[in-house]
Amino acid sequence: MKRILNLQARRPLAVLLGLLPIVLLIVVYSIASDARLKANPSDKLLPSFTQMASSMERMALQPNQRTGQYLFWEDTSASLKRLAYGVLIAAALGLFIGVLTGSIPLLGSTFSPLLTIISLIPPLAILPILFIVVGLGEFSKIALIVLGITPFIARDIQRRTHEIPSEQLVKAQTLGANSSQVIIRVILPQLMPKLIDAVRLSLGAGWLFLIASEAIASTEGLGYRIFLVRRYMSMDVIIPYVIWITLLAFLIDWLLAKFNQKLFPWHKSGGQR
Amino acid sequence: MIEAKNVWKKYGDQVVLERINVSVQEGEFVTLVGASGCGKSTFLKMLLGTETPSQGELLMNGKQIRDEPDRDRGIVFQQYSVFPHMTVLENVMATKAFARKGLTGYLFGESRKEAREEALHMLEQVGLSQSRDKYPDALSGGMQQRLAIAQAFLAKPRILLLDEPFGALDPGIRQDMHALVLDLWKAYKMTVFMVTHDIKEGFYLGTRLWVFDKNRDDPHAPGRFGASITFDLPVGKVDHDTYQQIDNRIRPAMVPVPMFMEKPDA
Repeated sequence: MKRILNLQARRPLAVLLGLLPIVLLIVVYSIASDARLKANPSDKLLPSFTQMASSMERMALQPNQRTGQYLFWEDTSASLKRLAYGVLIAAALGLFIGVLTGSIPLLGSTFSPLLTIISLIPPLAILPILFIVVGLGEFSKIALIVLGITPFIARDIQRRTHEIPSEQLVKAQTLGANSSQVIIRVILPQLMPKLIDAVRLSLGAGWLFLIASEAIASTEGLGYRIFLVRRYMSMDVIIPYVIWITLLAFLIDWLLAKFNQKLFPWHKSGGQR
Repeated sequence: MIEAKNVWKKYGDQVVLERINVSVQEGEFVTLVGASGCGKSTFLKMLLGTETPSQGELLMNGKQIRDEPDRDRGIVFQQYSVFPHMTVLENVMATKAFARKGLTGYLFGESRKEAREEALHMLEQVGLSQSRDKYPDALSGGMQQRLAIAQAFLAKPRILLLDEPFGALDPGIRQDMHALVLDLWKAYKMTVFMVTHDIKEGFYLGTRLWVFDKNRDDPHAPGRFGASITFDLPVGKVDHDTYQQIDNRIRPAMVPVPMFMEKPDA
């Protein structure tokens, strides 16, 4: 018998092993749900899969009786729109700040301390300020995402800029490049895959800020819906919504990783680093 | 063309180089050898402009050498000196793009075509035509250095600095690179400074060999005295046949050199 340290699972077995805990979780849930529903058919805490399916059918496939909208898709598109705007603006701002403070030492000395301070502010703590200043509309939710993840992206990009070997910068200068040419042709292209990596890492925080702001002030959105139906203890809606959010998060991450590999073949594939 | 007048380099109390007095004519090929940490790379960096002398004057054509890198001085480092996000061809074309004034450093239209032609010609000279669409990551170490050399020569600097350019290469490939550098040096007629660990390289490649070592040494305070150029030997001819004669003639007279090459880092 080999040491357990050296035992490895081959392809079909590895997939099976990976599925095992997930299947187990589902089985345990359905047993527990069955048991509770048997004792009390109107129990709301652990709804059965059929209950969840019918709730979802109602949310996703039938127009709402009052508004005529398909709530599930309305919520999804509203949330994704906010997330996309927030993340795109944060990525652009973060790249801009990160590259400039990372490559121009004078700007770095000027703004790095401020950037550090801002990155330490808990974004949720300034959500009230946002609501007061920009109101309860779309903008405040997007602004929260932007404020929440821009400092992270900016600092990450700044560090990545410093990681570019100085040999390359000196080399470009000996070929005659001026400052803007070095930044635009040597530094910026090498940071693009790093930016996508930074965005992937900050998406988790992005979802957090999105759901938090939707929970507090909104009229539609995935986070809004979850917190709304909580009042009726509608676990049959909450659980599928959470699964849907997880799936969306996974899909976005996977797409960004693929995007990175396709677009920047010279970069050692983002996932493996 | 290059003149050093009593050049010193200190870091705090630490003296790295002292009393460097040399002058170099246009077209010379100077090889700098010495133990690691002896300051030969520091001297190269002063020529490049990323370091400045603490004392004394370093002149190019009678004027103080600029304290930042520019087109007058090309460089090939031991590694990391090609752009990993550009293909081989783009790497060489970037030389042409950076040579022009402009905001972005991208070439368009006619000038792009011209740069492409020149770059392709240069790639042929260094033997990289086959790999022109590959990224540097897919090249061997030797090919990456060929690419770096192609970039540097195409920029036609007045002096070319080579900082242990072949240090990481296999001996066989090193031979090819020597031939390449000599050919290009003859074709482009520029002044070359090359730092190397390999003293043989110094004899074979250069027209002139500088040995960096400490004239005085205080064993209790290794930083008190710096190195200077202890040997300044004309190598004269560079073709392979005469190399053996030069090597045999000079080696015995320089018994301390092999020992000093072994000396551990100060």
